[in-house]
Amino acid sequence: MEVLRIATSGSVDDGKSTLIGRLLYDTNSIPQDKMEALHAASKRKGLDFTDLSLLTDGLVAEREQGITIDVAHIYFSTPTRKYIIADTPGHIEYTRNMVTGASNAQVSLILIDARKGIVEQTHRHFFIASLLRIPYLVVCVNKMDLVDYSQARFNQIVEDFQQLLDNSAFKDQEVKFIPISSLHGENVASHTGAINWYEGPALLEYLEQVSFDHQDSRHPARFPIQSVIRPKTAAHHDFRGFAGKVTSGHFSVGDEIISLPSGQKSKIKTIEQFEKQLNTAHARESVVITLEDEIDSSRGNMLVKTDNVAEQRKEISAYICWMDQQKLTAGKTYLLQHGINRVKAKVQQLHFVTDVTSYQEVTDKKEMGLNDIGKITLKTAAPIFADLYQENPANGAFILIDEFNNTTVAVGTVI
Amino acid sequence: MTNKINWEFPQALEDEAIYILRETAAQFEKPVLLFSGGKDSITLVRLAQKAFYPGKVPFALLHVDTGHNFPETIQFRDWLVNSLGLDLIVRNVQDSIDQGKVQEETGKYASRNALQTVTLLDAIEEGKFDACIGGARRDEEKARAKERIFSVRDEFGQWNAKMQRPELFDMLNGKINIGENVRVFPISNWTELDVWNYIRREKLEIPSIYFAHEREIIERDGLYWPYSPYLNTTDDEVPYRQKVRFRTVGDMTCTAAVISEADKLEDIIAEIMEAKISERGARIDDKRSEAAMEKRKQAGYF
Repeated sequence: MEVLRIATSGSVDDGKSTLIGRLLYDTNSIPQDKMEALHAASKRKGLDFTDLSLLTDGLVAEREQGITIDVAHIYFSTPTRKYIIADTPGHIEYTRNMVTGASNAQVSLILIDARKGIVEQTHRHFFIASLLRIPYLVVCVNKMDLVDYSQARFNQIVEDFQQLLDNSAFKDQEVKFIPISSLHGENVASHTGAINWYEGPALLEYLEQVSFDHQDSRHPARFPIQSVIRPKTAAHHDFRGFAGKVTSGHFSVGDEIISLPSGQKSKIKTIEQFEKQLNTAHARESVVITLEDEIDSSRGNMLVKTDNVAEQRKEISAYICWMDQQKLTAGKTYLLQHGINRVKAKVQQLHFVTDVTSYQEVTDKKEMGLNDIGKITLKTAAPIFADLYQENPANGAFILIDEFNNTTVAVGTVI
Repeated sequence: MTNKINWEFPQALEDEAIYILRETAAQFEKPVLLFSGGKDSITLVRLAQKAFYPGKVPFALLHVDTGHNFPETIQFRDWLVNSLGLDLIVRNVQDSIDQGKVQEETGKYASRNALQTVTLLDAIEEGKFDACIGGARRDEEKARAKERIFSVRDEFGQWNAKMQRPELFDMLNGKINIGENVRVFPISNWTELDVWNYIRREKLEIPSIYFAHEREIIERDGLYWPYSPYLNTTDDEVPYRQKVRFRTVGDMTCTAAVISEADKLEDIIAEIMEAKISERGARIDDKRSEAAMEKRKQAGYF
């Protein structure tokens, strides 16, 4: 059974939580007791309808303010797919949580209020979805009921959005526009008949048929070693296996490999998954690999195939999204985590901060603040084996960790 | 749209959980697996076995025993630990009561569920555990839906929802200061149905109370409560025998039963698909207020 990961984004009050509530409701995913709790909570708030958004705003502070602060993960299934929705906040100050939600998504849903059209947050969210190269984008023009289901209004928004698409550096994204009304359920799970001029699929119909092309499998083979398994038991006395998850590509028994950074070569003897022996391990599978030779490899090292060796980098150019209250300044040292591997890294240069609405690169900035996106150069204390994000996203991203308070302060993509 | 039963377990979830468990073992000095004897922690044990095979599971199980557990669960716990050769640490809420650190609740709704937190935090401090692996799932409850996979808690075990670290791609940051600890949730992205389909696929043993059986119950507030010496009943609450099963395994004073004939896994799964009540709808402790779980989590509950 396939798992489809979706991230929603939009501005405040454009109805994200209601849309998700509606998806759950229309797929019979809300049990009766939760539904009753929703009725009661809506009534307490003095509403004359059942506020489906109360389903996802899980924190007291969110319910008090009626806004989403942090990512909520929400699940529903249809007979064919399991869906994981990361419901991310619309407020500008919680952009980092939006990036958190979007980083694992295959589909990005951007909501637009039909009355307001494209707003600043739409630019920001589209920019992030493009930066992360999320393959599918669905623009949901919501609250169509409040503009009399006007086709002209919808077309205008589609036209406006086209400018964003023209400016984007990521051209392989599949983009779909759907006019919806979350409140009335129009075009969410199915058509209710309120919009007869729209001939495309409802949102859920679209999600059901999004094809997975398993891009990670076509990318070069990368296997970071999480740990070395050496049981030293009577039954497995000489066993020495490398445990990890295939980042991208695939490995088969007999493949010639190189261990990075040592450069030592060997061949794959076995690929094991608990008591099963596999011939091939594909992207995202957790396995244990044993080799023909006793080579020196440990946690943080990476196995690659001899036909496509990852480039060794000690100087890294990257787009980063800054996620901390304390600002980034050139010259400061952080911990860089690439996959599971951590090295010290120094910010050599801040090239520019991008104005995400105008796409202008502001070059005279000396620092980056919370939610800023820009380009920097880093120098690392030890080499990392990252690919360019655009060539292999699974092995092309990293995070920066503050050495003193241990917080994750930035996410970056190698360019 | 009606839900057809899907027996298929999404394999991606197992691969993700194993990756998380391996990161936990690698990034922390002394992790421990919180084990209640329920289906989620049984699933975790299986995943841990797989993650380190053919090596042994590199951490112990910690059971915070309220003293009000179903006897069937304790029996099962001991059987599982013995048959898999695992290390088990048990800490008792009764000890915290005897030490005067917590006070037993009184009245009709008295439960030891909330008291567990203090015993858990003491056990963490005493054992110097820097990571506690738990079987919480984001689909259980809306405050849980907000939780990270590596969830940092301060030295009082407190969860601060507004200060959560961003968690990007699959990169987990377990760096903490001394005294802090991380709650690790490898099956965050699983649903109740995923857990059942996994138990079915892996042919895992589970405590007998999950299957329909006859036992003494009382009715209160529209729920079926298991009758036990720990339950404070009023004169009009007369126990009677009924065929029931449990959807979650908690304390006998806060876990309600469902009337059921399901005595095999397939029937349980079918029943869950049909159920009109959510899993935690039968957890009496969650009904105390809309924010019951969030408040417990802030206080250090797992």
